[in-house]
Amino acid sequence: MGNNLFTNYGEAVAMVLFVIGFGNLLLQSNLIKKIIGLNIMDTAVYLFLAEKGYIRGRVAPIVVNGVQSVEAYINPVPSGLVLTGIVVSVSVSALMLSLTIRLYQRYHTLDLDEISLRLKKEGL
Amino acid sequence: MREQMEFVQNFPCFSIMLCMFAGIISSALKGKAAKMVNMAVLCINILMSAAVLLFAAYAGEFYVYVMGKFPAPWGNELRVGVLEAGMALFFCVIMLLSLMGGRHKLAQEVEAGKHGLYYILTDLMLSSLLALIYTNDLFTAYVFVEINTISACGLIMIRQNGRTIEAAVRYMIMSLLGSGLFLIGLCMLYDMTGHLLMSNIRQEVADIYAASSAGGSFHVPLLVTIALISVGLAIKSALFPFHAWLPDAYGYSTVSSAAILSSLVSKGYIFLLFKIIYRVIGFDAFRSSKIIDVLFVFGLMGMVFGSLSAIKENDVRRMIAFSSIAQIGYIYMGIGLGTQVGMVASVFHVLSHAATKSLLFIAAIGLTDVSGGSRKLIELTGSGYRNKIAGATFLVGALSMVGVPMFSGFISKLLFAQAAVQNDVKMLPTLIVLGISTVLNAIYFMKTAIRIYTPVEDTGYPTVTWRQNKTYAAALVCFMALNVVLGVFSQPIVDLIGLGLDMFA
Repeated sequence: MGNNLFTNYGEAVAMVLFVIGFGNLLLQSNLIKKIIGLNIMDTAVYLFLAEKGYIRGRVAPIVVNGVQSVEAYINPVPSGLVLTGIVVSVSVSALMLSLTIRLYQRYHTLDLDEISLRLKKEGL
Repeated sequence: MREQMEFVQNFPCFSIMLCMFAGIISSALKGKAAKMVNMAVLCINILMSAAVLLFAAYAGEFYVYVMGKFPAPWGNELRVGVLEAGMALFFCVIMLLSLMGGRHKLAQEVEAGKHGLYYILTDLMLSSLLALIYTNDLFTAYVFVEINTISACGLIMIRQNGRTIEAAVRYMIMSLLGSGLFLIGLCMLYDMTGHLLMSNIRQEVADIYAASSAGGSFHVPLLVTIALISVGLAIKSALFPFHAWLPDAYGYSTVSSAAILSSLVSKGYIFLLFKIIYRVIGFDAFRSSKIIDVLFVFGLMGMVFGSLSAIKENDVRRMIAFSSIAQIGYIYMGIGLGTQVGMVASVFHVLSHAATKSLLFIAAIGLTDVSGGSRKLIELTGSGYRNKIAGATFLVGALSMVGVPMFSGFISKLLFAQAAVQNDVKMLPTLIVLGISTVLNAIYFMKTAIRIYTPVEDTGYPTVTWRQNKTYAAALVCFMALNVVLGVFSQPIVDLIGLGLDMFA
C-alpha cells in the first residue's frame, strides 16, 4: 500500500486536492471561497485523469514523421475527458459568479449564512 | 453487424436533438413564439416516445443506437428499452401538464421580457432529461447532469427576489458537490475498467467483482467508486441528510418550476442511479456492497424526518416541498431493499410521486390565488369552495399521498410492503417506518384537506370557476386522470416496469 502510494503520488496529490476543494465548497460561508473550492475540486479531477492517461516516455497522439505505432503514444481519451470537463466547470463557475454578484448587489455581503439570516428577518 | 433499422428507432436521438435545437431557436424568438415552439416540441416528443415505447414493447428487447461512425468500445451510443421509452413519455406528459397548469401565473411571477428565456430553459431541461434517460455512456451522462443542473438553477432564479437567488445558490452548491463526487467516481471507474460505455464497464466490473471475492486487489476501489457515485446522485436528488436546499428552491420559485423540479429533475438523477446499478455495477455487486444499507437507512430517516418537518410547516408550498423529501426517502428505501421487487416498487413510486407532486403544486397555486395570494394554511380555510376544481384536485393528491386505494400512492405503498416482506432482515424496520410515515402523511395532508373544506363566513376573497381559466382546469383534470389511471390500471404498468428492468441489465 505505501509503495503504491509513492509510485502513484500524482493520483494521491489529486485526491488530497479533491478533498480540500470539496471541503471548501461545503464548509466555507464566503461565496467566493466556495467558488475557489469548486475550482480546486474540478481541477483535482483533471489532474487525476491526466495522471491516468499519461504514459512515461510517450507523446500526444499526433502523427509526425510517419510514426504510427501504438507504442509511441499516450491514451488520448482522458485528455478528451479533461477538455470536456473544463468546458463544464467554466460554465458552472460563470453561473455561480453571476449569482454571487446578484446576491452581493442585493445584500452587500458575500457571507451566505448572513444572507440567510437577513432573509429570515425579511420574512417574505 | 448493423441490421436494417426501423425508422422508429431513430426517434430517441431525434427527440433529444429536437429539444436542443428548439432551445437554440427559441433564443431568437419572442415569448409567445417560444411558448408555441415549446408546446409543439413537447407534443411531438410525446408522440415519438409513445411510438418508441410501442416498438420496444412489441420487440420485447432493447436496441442500441450508435451515435456517429464508431462502434461499441469507442463510440457513443443510446440504448432504448421499454423502461427508457416509458419514462421519456411520462416525463414529457408531466412537463406539458406542469407548464399548462402554471401558465397563467407566469405573467405575474416572471418579468415581462424573460418569458422566452423560461421556455429556453425548459427546452434544455427536457433535452438533458431525455439524454439522461437514453444515454449508454457515463461521461455523456455526466455532461447532461450538469446541463440539467444549470437549467434547473435557471428555472429557480427566473423569479427574481432575494429568496430565489439564495435558494438557487444553495441548490447550485449542493448539486456541484454531488456532481463532483459523481465525476471522480466515474473517473475511477474508467481508470479501473478502461471503458466509458455502460455495458462494457459492466463486463469488466463483473470480472473485478469475481476476482475480489477470490481475494483480488480491486475490492476497495470498487466499493469506493460505488459509494462515490451513489452518494453523488443521492445528494443531487435530495436524499434526507442532503435536503437543506430543497424547501426554499421548491417553495419560492414559479409554480411550474416547482412542479417540474420536484417531479422531474430529482427523478432524472434517480433514474440514472437505477441505470448505473443495473447496467454499470450490476445488481449483485451493488447488493453485496454496504452502500445499499446506507441508502436504506437514509431513506427510512428521510421518510420520517421529511414528514415531521412538513407537519411543522405553516406554508402550504413549503409543506408540499418537505413532503417531497419523505417521498424521495421511499424511493431510496425501495432501492435499499436489494430485491428486484423493491426496485420495481421504487420505479413505480418515481412515476406515482412525479404525477402526484406536480399535481399538488399546481392545485395549491389555485387555492392560494383565491386566498389573497397568501400561502399560510390559516388563510386557506374554505378555499376549496372558492375554487372547486383546485380543491378537488388537491384532495385527490392528498389522498394519493396518504395511500388511499384507487390512487397511485396506494399502489406504491402496497408494492413497497410486498417487497419488504421478501427481505428477512429489513422487513421489520421497513414495515414499521412505512406505517409511521403513512400516519404522518395523513396528519399533514388531511389537516390541509380538512382546512380547505372548512366552511367560513364571507371572507371577501373572490370565487373562481373553471370557466375563467380553461387551460388550468384542463391541466388539473388531466393530472387527476393520470393519478387514477396509475392507481387503477397499475398491474399492466407494473408488468411493463418489470419487463423494462429485465431489459435494463
